[in-house]
Amino acid sequence: MISKDVVEKVAKLSRLDLDEAEITLYADQLSQILDTMAGLQQIDTEGVAPLAHVLPIENVLREDEVGECFTQEKVLANAPEQSEGMFQVPKIV
Amino acid sequence: MEYEVVIGCEVHVELKTKTKIFCNCPTDFGGEPNTHVCPVCLGLPGTLPVLNKKVLEYAIKAGLAMNCEIAHFSKFDRKNYFYPDLTKAYQISQFDLPICKHGYIDIETSEGAKRIGITRIHMEEDAGKLVHQGATITTSAGSLADYNRAGVPLIEIVSEPDMRSAEDVLAFLTNLKAIIEYTGVSDARMEQGSLRCDVNLSLRPVGQKEFGTRAEIKNLNSFRAVERVIKYEIERQTDILEDGGKVVQETRTWDDGKGMTFSLRSKEDSDEYRYFPDPDLTPIVVTDAYIEELRAALPEMPQVKRQRMIEEDGLPEYDAGVITASKALVDFYDGVRAYYADAKKISNWIMVELLAKVNADGIDLSEVKIQPEQMAALLKLVDSGEISGKIAKKVFSEMFATGKDPDTIIKEQGLVQISDEGALKSMVAAVVEANPKSVEDYKAGKKKAMGFLVGQIMKESKGQANPAVINKLLTEKLDSM
Amino acid sequence: MTASRLTIHELHDLLIKKEISAIELTKEHLERIQALDGEIKSYITVTDDLALQQAKSVDEKLAAGENIGLLAGIPMALKDNLCTEGIETTCASNMLRGFKPQYSATVVNKLQAEDFVMLGKVNMDEFAMGSTTENSAFFATKNPWNADCVPGGSSGGSAASVAADLAVYALGSDTGGSIRQPASFCGIVGMKPTYGAVSRFGLIAFASSLDQIGPLAKDVTDAALIMNVITGYDKKDSTSADYAYPDYTTALTGDVKGLRIGLPKEYLGEGIDPDVEAQVRAAAAKLEELGAHVEECSLPYTRHAMPAYYLIAPAEASSNLGRYDGVRYGLRVQSKDVVGMFCQTRKQGFGPEVKRRIMLGTYALSSGYYDAYYLKALKVRNLIKQDYDRAFAQYDCLIAPTAPTTALHKGQNQDPLALYKGDICTIPSNLAGIPAMSLPYGLDRNGMPVGVQLLGKAFAEPTLLQVAYALEQNTSLTRLKPNQGKGL
Repeated sequence: MISKDVVEKVAKLSRLDLDEAEITLYADQLSQILDTMAGLQQIDTEGVAPLAHVLPIENVLREDEVGECFTQEKVLANAPEQSEGMFQVPKIV
Repeated sequence: MEYEVVIGCEVHVELKTKTKIFCNCPTDFGGEPNTHVCPVCLGLPGTLPVLNKKVLEYAIKAGLAMNCEIAHFSKFDRKNYFYPDLTKAYQISQFDLPICKHGYIDIETSEGAKRIGITRIHMEEDAGKLVHQGATITTSAGSLADYNRAGVPLIEIVSEPDMRSAEDVLAFLTNLKAIIEYTGVSDARMEQGSLRCDVNLSLRPVGQKEFGTRAEIKNLNSFRAVERVIKYEIERQTDILEDGGKVVQETRTWDDGKGMTFSLRSKEDSDEYRYFPDPDLTPIVVTDAYIEELRAALPEMPQVKRQRMIEEDGLPEYDAGVITASKALVDFYDGVRAYYADAKKISNWIMVELLAKVNADGIDLSEVKIQPEQMAALLKLVDSGEISGKIAKKVFSEMFATGKDPDTIIKEQGLVQISDEGALKSMVAAVVEANPKSVEDYKAGKKKAMGFLVGQIMKESKGQANPAVINKLLTEKLDSM
Repeated sequence: MTASRLTIHELHDLLIKKEISAIELTKEHLERIQALDGEIKSYITVTDDLALQQAKSVDEKLAAGENIGLLAGIPMALKDNLCTEGIETTCASNMLRGFKPQYSATVVNKLQAEDFVMLGKVNMDEFAMGSTTENSAFFATKNPWNADCVPGGSSGGSAASVAADLAVYALGSDTGGSIRQPASFCGIVGMKPTYGAVSRFGLIAFASSLDQIGPLAKDVTDAALIMNVITGYDKKDSTSADYAYPDYTTALTGDVKGLRIGLPKEYLGEGIDPDVEAQVRAAAAKLEELGAHVEECSLPYTRHAMPAYYLIAPAEASSNLGRYDGVRYGLRVQSKDVVGMFCQTRKQGFGPEVKRRIMLGTYALSSGYYDAYYLKALKVRNLIKQDYDRAFAQYDCLIAPTAPTTALHKGQNQDPLALYKGDICTIPSNLAGIPAMSLPYGLDRNGMPVGVQLLGKAFAEPTLLQVAYALEQNTSLTRLKPNQGKGL
């Protein structure tokens, strides 16, 4: 079971501001979903490697050669707020 | 109670590649904000990273130079956290399978030699830069994000908690910096931020085995700051413990102006990085052949060089230590040695004249204009008696300022030593005539007067008179009176 | 107005013969969109000026006697998670409303090089999370077969636009069935290529290790033609496969004699609509009739694919979607400090399903749960892949349903878990990275199209196309057209 405390902690880590109703809903839904995943624990995976990449590709490397950059204008083209050629954000702490 | 200090370091070193770790943007410092940025390092939706080959090579070189094992299988992971200097809300780093592990750096301290363990070295990307609008991060009204640095390649070198004093740490950092310089993978310049140090410090009662709770002090950018932080933290933590309190595990920041550390965030918040393998990057498989190829190409490391300078060149330990602490000094020393045999004389000039000038001008050794061959030529001119030691210092100054050959400077300024007896005799006669009191003193047995007269003649000759010849001529003159 | 009913290869012939111009063709589609899409709601953005301009340049090439590519001048639609420089790319999310990317996806550049005509960007479940297209933050798309039904998802806009002849073909993306399931619901052909066959550069990530771009088309030949253009190695995508990609049209022989085809029992029976199962068995029988050897087989780990998928995909998504923080692009909700801005922006920018998956993924990656959930899921993923490896040692291809049911009714899909279970037939192939396609095959009792799924080993797309083409050539059940009077 996923408690509301856990939901709140996870929401904080995810930087999602949830209201009380959402916390209750997600506690319930996540619990149900994770219940169905409990079956995974029964599977014997002794000696089975975790499969993070499906294709056996390795060592994809690039030469250290300078390419083109965006202009400052293009970098900032979608900036919600900008100042002095940089992205403006509110105070950090 | 007596406490023992336990210190480990995490050192971030910026690699000297042309481009960023996962895109083709240049790593050059400077430039207008947000001009060394492309879709990838800006973290635009849909963009993907591709690893820079040089980053892998440099990380392995650094690992080999620090006696590490190189992982045959390694991978990149995402370290997830939110901060406006990150463009993707995760930093691509390495978690459980770093490229290098289990190495060490040997240091010399007043208590003798020590071996400081290197736990691991991993590759990662740097974050962007935040410019705070206001005096400090805590008082600013807002901040501005510049992503020119976002994606600049770093290696993070993590030491074992093997250090017990500021002296240990400084010796460790000095050697680490030198090793990095020798390998050529970074400029390793603290003042420019290409070498940054986090210090993990805890106290424990003497004799206790378990470590105490540690504080992590982030982003120290000078040796002096490291030294001050350690002193400050030892006092702070001692005070807490002696008052019966508990040290909190947290990240702290150093305020150089105030000379204090401040809590940045408690560990609970930051610990949850949700590392997982980055699905956008493929695993890295390194062969023995590649490792050996890189190992063979490594230059001699400072410890070995230092030993050789003592044993083969006959230099005092101190001299060898000073010179080998910097790759640029070693290169200069070796360069001069190729043309000139007397190691101790070279070392004297490097340690006294060269370092004084470098420090006085506040320049980097890489900016020194004097070529080793020119330095050797200067030393030979002194040996042959063509110029005096005093003139040589003057010539050296000029060489340092202009990079000209010593011969050119001597010719231009007419600084050749005058050994011609005919030319000097009249100068001796004139000085003797002008200083009857000194002559009288000399005759009365005050041998000191001789020195004064020599000095006067040297002055008259603008330092160019050969002192040996002057001595001979003056003695003859005085004795004949 | 009939040209819009035709396929790429049919239209190409008309263009070459100058029986129709690219401008005429494009205008016809734009007019249909104007007339019908108010009801179907497949397009988020219609780029009419651009489309006409692209069409004009194709007509100019034709007039000058130049050769044109097979996709040249053919009007199409792009799922709105494919980045198009300067053209709004929203992922059907309030987070990216108004976002005009500063670059284009590799597939878009490839299509551009072929002189494609882009009609616009089509609807989807927000950030490709969903299977009904009801999770779009903007509006739900209707199934052209029945306006009371969903078109499937997440590439519901792609499927509906093609099925309703509002585009000749479309590109979608498939993370857990998001091309195949809507293709099935809308009665068209959809293919998820082998992971790594199509560059993901410029595809806005949902779950990076599972996402693949692929075609939604009116017939098998069209799917092959599109594959010829979009596949290929891309040095900007580290997971792109450096492979000798074939000409997929050479697989369209119509001959399946001697092919060994497996019918995995785990994809049939309980939970599968009997009408769907009946059509799958009918297709299998047809293949046998055409000379293939069909037999039942077993993929025992299939039932664990759903839980493994719903840990891996949300985990990756929770990380991929972190970048929507209001700093550099997209929505920003002002707040007094940065953390407040992050939390408010993400609260208002993301819909409920996206939040649910971010929460689930964040939880699965948290310390203390990582080994039990995420790591375990990756190991089970390996077992699922090994299931397929064993099967493909015996069979050239597998045949199965694309989805347990035909198109679901609108608005009855409130239980996330029930919806997740609807993905059981499609997600195992994403976990294994293998190619799979959905081919329409007859109708159910309500007159809604059924999709038959073909699965092959990595890079066996030609085999899938070969089998699909043989079915298409030998029955009338594969080229289905909605009765567009109904519900429209």
